[in-house]
Amino acid sequence: MGNWLRSALAVAAKDIRLELRSKTSLLSGTVFAALVLLIFNFARDPTGLSALDLAPSALWVTYAFASIVTLNRGFAVERENAALDGLLLAPLPRGALYLGKYFANFVFVAFIEAVTLPLFVLFFNLDLSTSWWGIMLVAILATAGFLAAGTVFSAMVIRTSFAELMLPVLLLPFMVPPLMAAAESTAHLLGGRPLSEVMGWLRFLALYDLAFVTLCGMTFSFVVDE
Amino acid sequence: MPPAEGALLEALDLSRSFGRRPVLRGVSLALRPGDVMVVLGPNGAGKSTLLRLLSGLLRPGSGEVRWKGTTLRRGDHQARRRLGLLAHQSFLYDDLTLMENLVFAARLYALPDPRAAARAALADAGLAERADDTPRALSRGAVQRAAVARAFLHEPEAVLLDEPFTGLDASAAHHLRDQLGQLRSRRGAALLVTHRPDEAWELTNRVGVILDGRLALDEPRPDDLSAFLGRYHAMIRG
Repeated sequence: MGNWLRSALAVAAKDIRLELRSKTSLLSGTVFAALVLLIFNFARDPTGLSALDLAPSALWVTYAFASIVTLNRGFAVERENAALDGLLLAPLPRGALYLGKYFANFVFVAFIEAVTLPLFVLFFNLDLSTSWWGIMLVAILATAGFLAAGTVFSAMVIRTSFAELMLPVLLLPFMVPPLMAAAESTAHLLGGRPLSEVMGWLRFLALYDLAFVTLCGMTFSFVVDE
Repeated sequence: MPPAEGALLEALDLSRSFGRRPVLRGVSLALRPGDVMVVLGPNGAGKSTLLRLLSGLLRPGSGEVRWKGTTLRRGDHQARRRLGLLAHQSFLYDDLTLMENLVFAARLYALPDPRAAARAALADAGLAERADDTPRALSRGAVQRAAVARAFLHEPEAVLLDEPFTGLDASAAHHLRDQLGQLRSRRGAALLVTHRPDEAWELTNRVGVILDGRLALDEPRPDDLSAFLGRYHAMIRG
């Protein structure tokens, strides 16, 4: 177990180091998320739709697509110089490879979400003083959920010639359940409702995370091994 | 074909197709301790596919690969720990320094002191001064030397090398021959796929030819390279 976790952390640390050098995912994901929020802000007719009504879906559409932008890069780094072959040749359990990639993706997407959340608050003129930690919890659970499937699909499409196109097509159906739960929970929390009212959704998200991380970790080998 | 006694790495009736195109057809060979085999063949004959199958990167369509008599299976980490592959591409990350690349590789192989192993491998390859450079900043030859260092980092018992001398200058080629010599003296084995058999002819003890996906020749290495090349070219011409 120690070796397994060490291998996963080595893969995650390598990805984070690569990203800190190139800043490709972080920069493109953050700019993309900021632009989507900006568009939502200007496209909204304040007389027809209140900010509070639009905010939850705007936030989660933004986060979902910013995640896809980030996930596209996740395995693309393994394409250069056939680095993926180097990983697959090593005595590295495929589950550890999956977990390492998943950790790294989570760090990147969490960073983008954290950076763009203040913009969301600013654009939609929201007060998060009482609900911020509830929204953070929802964000962590929902992000963990859609990245579980996203990490597998980003590995699956990497050997295709149109990976950027395939990833959203494959992934979006799997993103719907956690996105629904996240948008519903966010709407309640922004509306000043207590966390206890969204406990059902939070439990659903936690179960989804557990199920998908386990399932995806177990099936990852079938995706990456030729 | 029955399994070979005492073989380190063995291919038993290996076949593989890509789509409908058969690339390898019923190849059987065995690498025993101390074997250094050179395999020649024209482009597209199936040499690189054979290396990918032997390394476990590709699954055979039929037949099997055995490591010390046991079928190489997905998740067989003991065998993977003892195998090395030098492919056409370097497996190096362009945004990591050579040191970082090798430390990462050492961690994947769970070497006890990854930094020391990486430092020693780079020094061995004559790249100690370039440890903090990224592969982007290096010449083709230096990248190939780094790739060789990565392939030998975990001291494999058997190495598979695809055109290993490409881009190497005389001293780096000499260094690679040294490493192969050391491997042979440790009772390890190597399989080299090359268009330039002269680079390692003296080191090898067996020679093979792949033609159209079949192992058309597998015999002890003859002394006279030019006579062998004459035969080889005649085989290619059919």
